Amino acid sequence: MSNSKEELAIETVGLVKHFGENRAVDGVDLSVKKGTIYGVLGPNGAGKTTTIRMLTTLLKADAGKAKVLGFDVSKDADQVRQRISLTGQFASLDEDLSGMENMVMIGRLLGFTRKEAKQRGQELLTAFDLQDAAKRQVKNYSGGMRRRLDIAASIIVSPEILFLDEPTTGLDPRSRNQVWDIIRLLVDAGTTVLLTTQYLDEADQLADRIAVIDHGKVIAEGTSSELKASVGSGKLHVRVLDPEARDDAAQILKGALEVDVQLGSDPLVITAQVSDHKHVARALTDLASANITITDFSLGQPSLDEVFLTLTGKPVEDQVKEAEGNV
Amino acid sequence: MSQNLNQTEALKQALSNRSRPKKASPLSTCATFSGRMLLKIKYVPEQLFDVTAFPVIYLLMFTYLFGGAIAGSTSAYLQFVLPGILVLTVVMITMYTGIELNNDIKKGIFDRFRTLPIWNPSVLVGALIVDVVRYLMASTIMLILGYLLGFRADGGILGIILGLAILLFFSFSISWIWTTLSLIMRSEKSLMAASMMILFPTTFVSNVFVAPETMPNWLAAFVKVNPISLLVDAVRGFMEGTPDYHALLWVCVVSVLLIAIFGPLTMFLYKRK
Ligand SMILES: Nc1ncnc2c1ncn2[C@@H]1O[C@H](COP(=O)(O)OP(=O)(O)O)[C@@H](O)[C@H]1O
Ligand SMILES: [Mg+2]
Repeated sequence: MSNSKEELAIETVGLVKHFGENRAVDGVDLSVKKGTIYGVLGPNGAGKTTTIRMLTTLLKADAGKAKVLGFDVSKDADQVRQRISLTGQFASLDEDLSGMENMVMIGRLLGFTRKEAKQRGQELLTAFDLQDAAKRQVKNYSGGMRRRLDIAASIIVSPEILFLDEPTTGLDPRSRNQVWDIIRLLVDAGTTVLLTTQYLDEADQLADRIAVIDHGKVIAEGTSSELKASVGSGKLHVRVLDPEARDDAAQILKGALEVDVQLGSDPLVITAQVSDHKHVARALTDLASANITITDFSLGQPSLDEVFLTLTGKPVEDQVKEAEGNV
Repeated sequence: MSQNLNQTEALKQALSNRSRPKKASPLSTCATFSGRMLLKIKYVPEQLFDVTAFPVIYLLMFTYLFGGAIAGSTSAYLQFVLPGILVLTVVMITMYTGIELNNDIKKGIFDRFRTLPIWNPSVLVGALIVDVVRYLMASTIMLILGYLLGFRADGGILGIILGLAILLFFSFSISWIWTTLSLIMRSEKSLMAASMMILFPTTFVSNVFVAPETMPNWLAAFVKVNPISLLVDAVRGFMEGTPDYHALLWVCVVSVLLIAIFGPLTMFLYKRK
């Protein structure tokens, strides 16, 4: 037991923060293993940023405990700060300075000499494909460049944990992929990453484990497949060879799966939400004995969108609108 | 494709460099933050407008506006009023320290500063050191213009240097009031208003323009204990070659008190923000 404790990079128990009446974070428990990517997934206003600010010593919790690498974030703030880095939701850069000036300034603050800070800045700017913009003021950077510089500045001294608050919100797909690659390489190099996101596919793609949070509470936790499994077995997708046979096939599937089936706009396709895997085998046998030829038969896992819908009873888009309406 | 591969290699290389320097000393972090403010001046030199224009405008305006009426002649008045206007101008300019911080602290970079393992006050101390340089610029401009207009310091160069030293020390101390206020006030406007409310009465109801002996008793009583008056006495004393050690002592006491109260208060608010 003590062994597994040592492997925890982040551990929170009953973390609470309220702003007036608003319980922004309402009893959050997290445990993040070292060397993994942990995703905190939730819509706008769920409490992601507030949680990150408490973990990075920027905000004091009203209740609960938070340990980062074994150090209490409020009692040992300085020990925590020496081991972590934060890339905030909004660029934590000096917009008035150039990219290189930012890197040198932060490098100096971390204890490098001016020469070392320059070297490290050069190395990272090149690695992050920013060498051509090194001398430009950050206020003239594009969103993707800003993000990359922000992350570069966060790893001048490789942190043991990197906190990334919505690292790809508002980025174009290409920049997004760049950021994803950087995050994966960082973890390969031994850094633990906690990232927040509003994008289900981002959590799905990157995170080893995911906590879904809503209204300041963790409403589900697990690997992406665990979360999907908790919702149901997924969607069965059947494609018949002959469109004439589709209605018969649909009847057979309905009987075998004991659920409703949907006829897709494609005249060959039938889909159904499966409640139990065992029924799927029976459906396949029944179709074969009815002599219906099928060209595709696949059981897909549910998307995280469906997970969110099931957990909160509302689709993500509605929640975002609701949160924005509250502002 | 090979471009991408190179990029990945460069990334891996950069990420594998996990060297960790020794923690930066407070002195070095203060210097870095001073450097940051100097870089900002490099990009926007107009920031120096207040420290260049104010001394010129104030000196000309007050000398020629009041000179004839108060002292009978502008040259006699200049001799009396320059140390006072110097104090007034520099103390007025300190207000911009708060406004700058109020704007600056809203920026994302401060989240990064707060999560760095550094001596926290260095962010503000570094900025204030650059501000003291700005105050020195304003003072130099005013003294040069004053010299051209006929002001002569009987205390000589040494008197001027000592006068400036106490003025800058007091200005550094009073800046902590503005940093405190700038962390309390949410908008630049309200901060301006609050600063003005403190500055206008304390600078004008002082011995900057006229000797307190010419005022009604109740007013003279206030003017005499006003720290700005004491500062003017100290600066005037040094520049005229008749050092006023009593005033000097009180200015030092007030300055130290200001730092002792508003320094920690600023830091408390800074950490909580
Ligand atoms: N400084 C603050 N003062 C008051 N309310 C805040 C503050 N920061 C966040 N909140 C509120 O707390 C809730 C959670 O916010 P946040 O943590 O920023 O959510 P997220 O990052 O998931 O979008 C929101 O309702 C937000 O309005
Ligand atoms: Mg947020």
